[in-house]
Amino acid sequence: MASEIESKIMSLREAAKLVPNGAHISLGGFTTQRHPMAFVHELIRQKKRKLHFYGHSPGGGLDMPIGAGCIRRVELAYEADEAFSRIGPRFRRAVENGSIEWEDYSNFGMVQRFAAGAMGIPFIPMKTMLGSDIVKKEGFSKKTRSDPKIAPKKLAVINCPFTGDKIVLLPAIRTDVTIIHAQVVDAQGTVRIYGQNFGDEQQAKCAKKLIVTCEDIVEPEELREYPEHNLIPFFMMNAIVKVPYGAHPYACYRCYGYDPEFLRIYHNKAKNDGTWGFLNDYILGVSDWEEYLTKIGDDRKLGYAPRLKLR
Amino acid sequence: MVKKYAEDYKLLELMAVAAAREIRDGEIVFTGTGLPMLGAMLAQHTNALNCIIVFEAGAIDCKLAHLPMSVGDPRTMRFASTATGLFDVFSTVLQRGFLDVGFLGGAQIDAYGNINATCIGNYHHPKVRFPGSGGSGDIACLSKRTIIIAVHEKRRFPERVDYITSPGWIDGPQGRKRAGLPWGGPSAIITTLGVLRFDERKKRAYLASYHPGVTPKQAQENTGFRLDVSRAKETEPPTEAEIKILREKVDPEGIFLKKAEE
Repeated sequence: MASEIESKIMSLREAAKLVPNGAHISLGGFTTQRHPMAFVHELIRQKKRKLHFYGHSPGGGLDMPIGAGCIRRVELAYEADEAFSRIGPRFRRAVENGSIEWEDYSNFGMVQRFAAGAMGIPFIPMKTMLGSDIVKKEGFSKKTRSDPKIAPKKLAVINCPFTGDKIVLLPAIRTDVTIIHAQVVDAQGTVRIYGQNFGDEQQAKCAKKLIVTCEDIVEPEELREYPEHNLIPFFMMNAIVKVPYGAHPYACYRCYGYDPEFLRIYHNKAKNDGTWGFLNDYILGVSDWEEYLTKIGDDRKLGYAPRLKLR
Repeated sequence: MVKKYAEDYKLLELMAVAAAREIRDGEIVFTGTGLPMLGAMLAQHTNALNCIIVFEAGAIDCKLAHLPMSVGDPRTMRFASTATGLFDVFSTVLQRGFLDVGFLGGAQIDAYGNINATCIGNYHHPKVRFPGSGGSGDIACLSKRTIIIAVHEKRRFPERVDYITSPGWIDGPQGRKRAGLPWGGPSAIITTLGVLRFDERKKRAYLASYHPGVTPKQAQENTGFRLDVSRAKETEPPTEAEIKILREKVDPEGIFLKKAEE
């Protein structure tokens, strides 16, 4: 038992090696919250290529690796940092110059697809997206869809066999690797997330391999005292990495807020700078996450949570 | 009590007040960041004290003290009733049919209230790409009614949008039914020039009111489709009390209200 436990706790560098080039991946979090950014930096530093990315609203967790050339295809619903940017600048550029392939769904559509994968069923019915061009237009080419890892169809609209009403069927997602950032994981791998879990539960449970970065690792007894507060059982876990402030510049509920000043730096650089200095300054130009944290300084790490110290 | 209208207010404040007035007491409301959030928070102090604000990212009926910058913001957790995630909120609140009002925005809005938040030009080779649906396509389908907020410019109001991300009335009174949508549809578009509503028979947008200082002609000139202005009146201005609450309680940090002045 002990050796197995030890084998799950590893460094970021080791954990990122579990993601091969061409892997189908997904990252936890939502727009400006709880993305596993330390892991994203490491993926970029390890120069991963041709990743197939599934997300609902992945924010900078997707925009940065697109800019770094790691991403080949995306299936998603929304790419922006909400009030901090109208669109992920590197995503926009990649779509407009055709350097990635994309497929659009809605947020509900994407979490339903993760949920179907997590439940082990091949598809899931849903009542939204009807009447939209999301239903009518496919982004991926026939050639892309001939890849056995990709659903042969974007979706199907059928008449419900019970009511006769129109209903949308969405194909399940099984990721090769899902990476989420949690507040607490125990040494065995049980995950506790404080606050909204966004789509993390479904994204984590549809994964063939699950990697969790976290603010803290505690003894199993501590999390098992209140099992009803835990989200993911340990046996689904493949790798645990302790990375304090691992979601910066995004918020991690009850730990730190998002960092508006830094998000502004990111968006200005990613939008205007052709050679994209941000990548060199903050990711490729530092050797690891600790050096990044040192570089951004202590004030940055706590982000922006005026009068909301407990949140 | 006689209403005392404010003399000094900004356009954004007027729009937030118009948004708040669309919400009825006790309703369940989905809001996005920015103006809709200002409107919903204001409504909780004015005409809809018991409206329930739900965020797609997971927080249900929070008691907002500070304006969130994201629908998943830690600020949305303050004294919330429950906090789960997208899967739960979309399936058991939205799809189940609990949602009364959803606020939407987008890059283009057409005569039938369809919204484009995806791209301009050919979908496969877009001239301009936008962030995509997020939850707005879902909310547009299954909210009992939707309120759209938009900058009123000709290019943003074409006869038909380039891509329907979030369906409005689609192509007329039967559009939603044909598509398989059981209920819902847009009820108003609050713009920088006025408030548009939808004709009962044709489900096309018409000018219901123009903001103080704006003429119906200006509204038509800035709309890419033929806009019926025959029913238009002046938008009821904000009251002093509404402006005071907006500035002192809803956004005292000036996150959105000050930014808009710049």
